[in-house]
Amino acid sequence: MAFHCKWRLFFGFVAIFIASGFQLAIPLLIGSAVDSALSLEGAALDISNGMVASAIDSTTDVFGEGSNPAKTALIIIAVFLFIASVGRGLAAMFQNYMGESIGQMIGYELRMLYYEKLQRLSFSYHAGVHTGDLITRGIIDVEGVRMFVQTALLRTVFLIVLIGAGMYLILSLDLTLGLISLSFVPFVAWRATAARLKLRSNWYQLQERLSALTKVMDENLGGIRVVRAFASQDHEMKKFDEASNETLILANTQVGIRASNISLMGVAFMLAMTGVLWYGGLQVVDGALNLGELTQFLAFMSILLQPVRQIGMLVNGFARGSVTGSRLFSVLDLIPEIQDKPDAKDLDITSGILEFHNVSFGYEGEHTLEGISFKAEPGHTVGLVGPPGSGKSTIAHLVPRFYDPIEGHITIDGQDLRDITLDSLRQAVGVVEQDTFLFTASIEHNVAYGDPWAPDDRVEEASKYAQLGDYIERLPGGYDTMIGERGVSLSGGQRQRLSIARSLMLKPQLIVFDDSTAAIDAATEQRIRAALTDLTKDRATIIISHRLSSLMHADEILFIEEGKIVERGSHDELLAQGGHYNDLYELQIRPDERDEQVSGSVDGEVGAS
Amino acid sequence: MATRDPLDRSHIIPPKASIRLGPTQDEEVFGEAFSGQVVSRFIKYVSKYKVLLWVAITSVLVFTVSSIAIPLIVRNVYDEALAAGSPDRGKLTTMVIVFLVAVGFNFVANYLQELIVGRVAERILVDMRRAMYDHLQRVSLSFMDKTEIGKLMARLQGDVAALQEFLQTAVFAIGDFVLLIGIIGAMVWLDWRLGLMTLAVVPTLFIIRIIWLPYARRAFLRARVTSSIVSGALAENINGIRAVQGLSREHVNYDLFDIRASDNLKAANRASKFGVMMLPIVDTLTGAAMSIIVIMGGFFVLGGTIEVGVMVAFVLFVQRFFDPIRSLTMHYNVLQRAMASGERIFEVIDVPVDIADKPHALDLDEIDGSISFKDVTFGYLPDQPILKNINFEVKPGETVALVGPTGSGKTSTTALVHRFYDVWEGSVKVGGHDVRDVTQDSLGRHVSMVLQEPFLFSGTIYENILYSKEDATREDVVAAAQAVGAHEFIMKLPGGYDTPLEQRGGNISLGQRQLISFARAIVADTKILVLDEATASIDSYTEMLIQQALNRLMEGRTGMVIAHRLATIRGADRIIVLQDGEIIEMGNHDELMTLGGMYSRLYSMNYASFDDIPDELIQQATQAANGTST
Repeated sequence: MAFHCKWRLFFGFVAIFIASGFQLAIPLLIGSAVDSALSLEGAALDISNGMVASAIDSTTDVFGEGSNPAKTALIIIAVFLFIASVGRGLAAMFQNYMGESIGQMIGYELRMLYYEKLQRLSFSYHAGVHTGDLITRGIIDVEGVRMFVQTALLRTVFLIVLIGAGMYLILSLDLTLGLISLSFVPFVAWRATAARLKLRSNWYQLQERLSALTKVMDENLGGIRVVRAFASQDHEMKKFDEASNETLILANTQVGIRASNISLMGVAFMLAMTGVLWYGGLQVVDGALNLGELTQFLAFMSILLQPVRQIGMLVNGFARGSVTGSRLFSVLDLIPEIQDKPDAKDLDITSGILEFHNVSFGYEGEHTLEGISFKAEPGHTVGLVGPPGSGKSTIAHLVPRFYDPIEGHITIDGQDLRDITLDSLRQAVGVVEQDTFLFTASIEHNVAYGDPWAPDDRVEEASKYAQLGDYIERLPGGYDTMIGERGVSLSGGQRQRLSIARSLMLKPQLIVFDDSTAAIDAATEQRIRAALTDLTKDRATIIISHRLSSLMHADEILFIEEGKIVERGSHDELLAQGGHYNDLYELQIRPDERDEQVSGSVDGEVGAS
Repeated sequence: MATRDPLDRSHIIPPKASIRLGPTQDEEVFGEAFSGQVVSRFIKYVSKYKVLLWVAITSVLVFTVSSIAIPLIVRNVYDEALAAGSPDRGKLTTMVIVFLVAVGFNFVANYLQELIVGRVAERILVDMRRAMYDHLQRVSLSFMDKTEIGKLMARLQGDVAALQEFLQTAVFAIGDFVLLIGIIGAMVWLDWRLGLMTLAVVPTLFIIRIIWLPYARRAFLRARVTSSIVSGALAENINGIRAVQGLSREHVNYDLFDIRASDNLKAANRASKFGVMMLPIVDTLTGAAMSIIVIMGGFFVLGGTIEVGVMVAFVLFVQRFFDPIRSLTMHYNVLQRAMASGERIFEVIDVPVDIADKPHALDLDEIDGSISFKDVTFGYLPDQPILKNINFEVKPGETVALVGPTGSGKTSTTALVHRFYDVWEGSVKVGGHDVRDVTQDSLGRHVSMVLQEPFLFSGTIYENILYSKEDATREDVVAAAQAVGAHEFIMKLPGGYDTPLEQRGGNISLGQRQLISFARAIVADTKILVLDEATASIDSYTEMLIQQALNRLMEGRTGMVIAHRLATIRGADRIIVLQDGEIIEMGNHDELMTLGGMYSRLYSMNYASFDDIPDELIQQATQAANGTST
């Protein structure tokens, strides 16, 4: 692709030179035309290039002595003018197309890079950024960079070539008049630089403010029931107005900068033109200059009018491009915390034993997990239970390497997770998350999300295991029913069942249920567990739940508190110990007794925990 | 690297993956070029800035006229001051001064048109967005329930921007049009023969444009549609990133995204081909026009029919001649896009506000906190009542639990108290006043709601608890958090109350979010509290906290709870059992147990929560209850 771009860029540059050449020929030709019309052909031919002169000579030969040389000259000039115009048009077309296609291609490349980067950035990154922000960057900022490349890159060169060559020609024609007609250039350059800096910081702030406004609107619409419930429409409108006015102020500043910029550049140009007219006019009056030459200067200037206007736009484009570019590259330059080692190998599963070896984990110096060791063997179930924030979910997230431990290591069949490829690891480990994201697609495609090549019967099988099959078959569209925004909406329990089916599709060697049955009623959960028995008999299962009925059958139950395993053993062993687990059991399984007999002690217990 | 045809990659699309390459109805980007309705309604928003816009239009006209005047002055300089026979210094100076004046006008007008048009357009963008947003705050929840947020956001952003662009374009289009007319007029006035000959090329351009337009439009349309598909795919992947990574679908998604992005690349390139195609055509015609001027004008000058200045003015005019034509046809696209966007915007603004204050609605000041439902019938769809003839009263300070299977009408009952919807028949009274007779604002000051799924906003924990109660102090917030037992965990967070919450409160647990939403309700301090208890089983620890918090929350308030937990239900002063939109049993726990109906049957099944009871058991209980009652 890059190679492709280079050639396009090269041809684009070639086209620029051709277009500029034709562009600059036009005023020269017009000047000659004026002189010819005034029958000053001698002067005209000096100024204009030799080609016209020789062409006139040869045509005069053809037409013979009888024809009027001035008329012949005019016809020749007209032909050249036409050719120059067509040539300029074609070259400009080519150049513009090259510019746009390079822009499109770069836009495409950036989009793909951005997409890939987002997919690889780890959980800790995604948890910390607002999704709306990432979407804005991927859409608006990529577009900003693309537009910049497309319009600015080649056009800037074009303008430089055009103005540069124009300057040379114009100065070689007549130094004083040339200087006068170019007097606007330094002014425009100064304005452009000054405005670029102002616009840049403005664009940056504006982009940030727009993100903030998006967030305000998005959350308001998402939480509209809360807004209504608290009758907070006024409050919300105030938040909106604040965010909105901030963008308005910045946008107005920007319009102001742009307006003064464009008009000042315009007037600088016009004043230069006045100078040419006045000084050139005086020269003509004095006879030092003929009208054709003056016309050339004026025609030059009117050809430069458009480029000068475009400089104003380009300045804005530069400012915007550098802002959007820096926002975009701040994401593209991130290094994912979790990535394959260069020599990472695919996971080789021999028996499927997962082991935590003295694992610690934490953020910013504070350990949220401390010295966790356990072993999950095929056919066995490990249950994790504990108060919220105790670190249960973190353990679940360490298994597919959503995060890396800071101390200790985790192995599957003796292979450190950090030495194997993420892909092979995540294929082998199925984590059923608490929150289920549904994609706007059919139920079938959602279930088969992790294995879109799977045959129909596998999708059905997985759905049946998750006790979702009956429900799906009862739907009018069956497995082809669309879910999400345009289709049926699933209840919390159904979503979680779909999530289970989705994970089962991968035929993971190791299944982790991260509190993924909270919204499923106990009876259905029981049925799911029964159905999974033959599936889990040669696989290790980890169940995280706060509902004891979900995990009391586990072979080993770990009670986690403040990142440490404080109790471990089977259900009966733990009950016999009479510790935290037993307290929890009392609390959950026998609510009647709790309320009627232990109610006095409940406050004390909670206060202690 | 060899080029590959982006579309020839069908082999990498897995059979069970969705890939959408066509537009959906909502992405229709071009409408009619002109819709009187949209324009006339748009004008209402614009009319606020009438004065400014007239100044802008005047500036555009002054700018245009001065732009036309400049070549004419140059012509005068040539013919009057520099004419070969009698060069005149004085005349030259006068002309240059006139020229300077024209430049001055040109400058001021240019500045004003850019500034005013730009600012008014920004202002209107904000106004339109605000109107839509404000409206969304008031439309019925049933509309919000069935509309995707993403779609509304697209209207609040993209469509509004399209109208902004339209306004800018429209004002400048006036300038372009005047410029075109002015140039034509000036040319014909300078020399009608030369003028007409030059203008002869114009029809060619129009004919070419007419042939070109439908193809180009299709290409532009396709580019826009594919681009919005790419954006949609990106957004979905970002939102579902956990599922994507967890199921290691990255490669498949990358390939699918590549197909969409390549498709977009192809479409965009095609569109730019159509775009740049006009360049050589316009230049060719400009060249032709210039050739005509040089030949015919030159002959006329030689023959003495016209002055050389006229010819120069023609050359200067012709350089600017095609700009307005080109931009006028470009505006056509903007126009079409704006009409489609306008329709979508007004579609939102036109969603009727079902629930509006009566003209002289009462502003409830103090109320006693009683609730009464009298003969209430209500539903969402015509002929499908969800609630049938509901009658009950809640005394001030009483806590009532609503119990019943899914779909029995519990949520609808609570929604009516807050007047989220209006009843079909009967009346709902709060503090003795029909909810339809009081202002919604004041009703909101007396009734607050805690929803089943706690929704938290970005911002700190403090801001979330405070929410819209701006006159509450920090002490109030802390006291509320202490009351619901959230203080301890909040203090353990790195920033305490000032800890910023991640999106939707992602950095705290579900139970903790619940507690925050309780604290929010305490700060709101309303007489009546409606609470939809969470169904998802929360960990037992937080559960305990929540149960206690619930009691604190209800202290001194009238409570209406959609209860799922047995503990909550038993703690209520009264239990209302709903089934199929009707009240089948009412009384306190002991009374209902003695009654031996549905409630006692469900209760005796010994599930920790009514929601744990499988459907079939509920059915059995219902049948059994019906059996005993008949």
